[in-house]
Amino acid sequence: MSQQLMNMVEKANMKEEVSYFEIGDTVDVHCRILEGEKERIQVFTGVVIARSGSGTREMFTVRRIVQGEGVERKFPLHSPRIARIEVKRAGVVRRAKLYYLRDRVGKAVRLKERRIDAAKREALAAKAKESN
Amino acid sequence: MAVGLLGRKVGMTQIYDPTGKVISVTVIQAGPCHVLQLRTEERDGYEAVQLGYLDKPRPAAGHQRRTKRLASRSQRGHVAKLDSKRQRRRAAAGVEPAPKPNCEPKRFVREFRGSVDGYEVGQELSVGVFSDIQAVDVVGTSKGRGTAGAMKRHNFRGQRATHGVKKCHRHVGGTGCSASPARMFKGKKAAGQYGNARCTVRNLRVVEVDLENNLLLVYGAVPGPNGGFVTIQQTNKLK
Repeated sequence: MSQQLMNMVEKANMKEEVSYFEIGDTVDVHCRILEGEKERIQVFTGVVIARSGSGTREMFTVRRIVQGEGVERKFPLHSPRIARIEVKRAGVVRRAKLYYLRDRVGKAVRLKERRIDAAKREALAAKAKESN
Repeated sequence: MAVGLLGRKVGMTQIYDPTGKVISVTVIQAGPCHVLQLRTEERDGYEAVQLGYLDKPRPAAGHQRRTKRLASRSQRGHVAKLDSKRQRRRAAAGVEPAPKPNCEPKRFVREFRGSVDGYEVGQELSVGVFSDIQAVDVVGTSKGRGTAGAMKRHNFRGQRATHGVKKCHRHVGGTGCSASPARMFKGKKAAGQYGNARCTVRNLRVVEVDLENNLLLVYGAVPGPNGGFVTIQQTNKLK
């Protein structure tokens, strides 16, 4: 009973539509940034290395290399400050957390590209949405 | 009475405000509550409104009550008129019977001190009473931790890990003077029962009131486990 109430509260505060992406995908995260009165969009590009939490608390971690230095940002999936998540490329991965990428430098950081067509991706997205 | 209600802690979660800031909230299922009794100056010596929350099941007809889960005869008689020898005697003597709410027996009953104006027995209060209220105080029973050491119970620092400390790393240490007064002062903080005590958290901001599901969302934590009963009252601390 209480879990149902909890889910209800969380559902009301979740985004209705979240772009579908998988671990290992290279994504563009469009974040809204408030500078005084003005709002602008900043894009953070990198590989999704982890997803954690559930409901409104779900977070995802994006890693990229900036000037030879690894940078990771953790975003709340349902935050209104995340405007859009765009999938650029899918990678071949065999686990849910890609923390092993942290120990890699240079060419070894790259993930092999996984080719999936739009129809298959849509089918997967629909399936993920259903299970939610 | 100040605006108040009884409820149950559902749990904690996070929501986002329009600017995208995360707010940690406690979800409380508040009400609906019935007014069971009005305490008046002339009859009881003080003024208060007695509320009841959550129905308590009755024992099956003709069965003896064997568990405290089911409502006793006195609890059933508290919410509705029950026939008894005493009632008949009082009726014959012309004593006016006390008004009854005519609802189901309640599991959680508490009184709120204050004027009874505008309240009547049997009235149903919903979470809507908090619609215009900015902040509340929440009273609950904290999670029981059993017998706990002084470090956990009073945030003592314990003793060193090394430098000759032997098997006393989490002990209290010194507890007072020596030959005079030759005793420990009363109330010295030490190990003992921790938790499972009445606990109040004041001035919690009301984030959202959900009339449809009787839910109240307050900013911050509330004492007790999920499912624990809480008393919610308009705060008098708000500046």
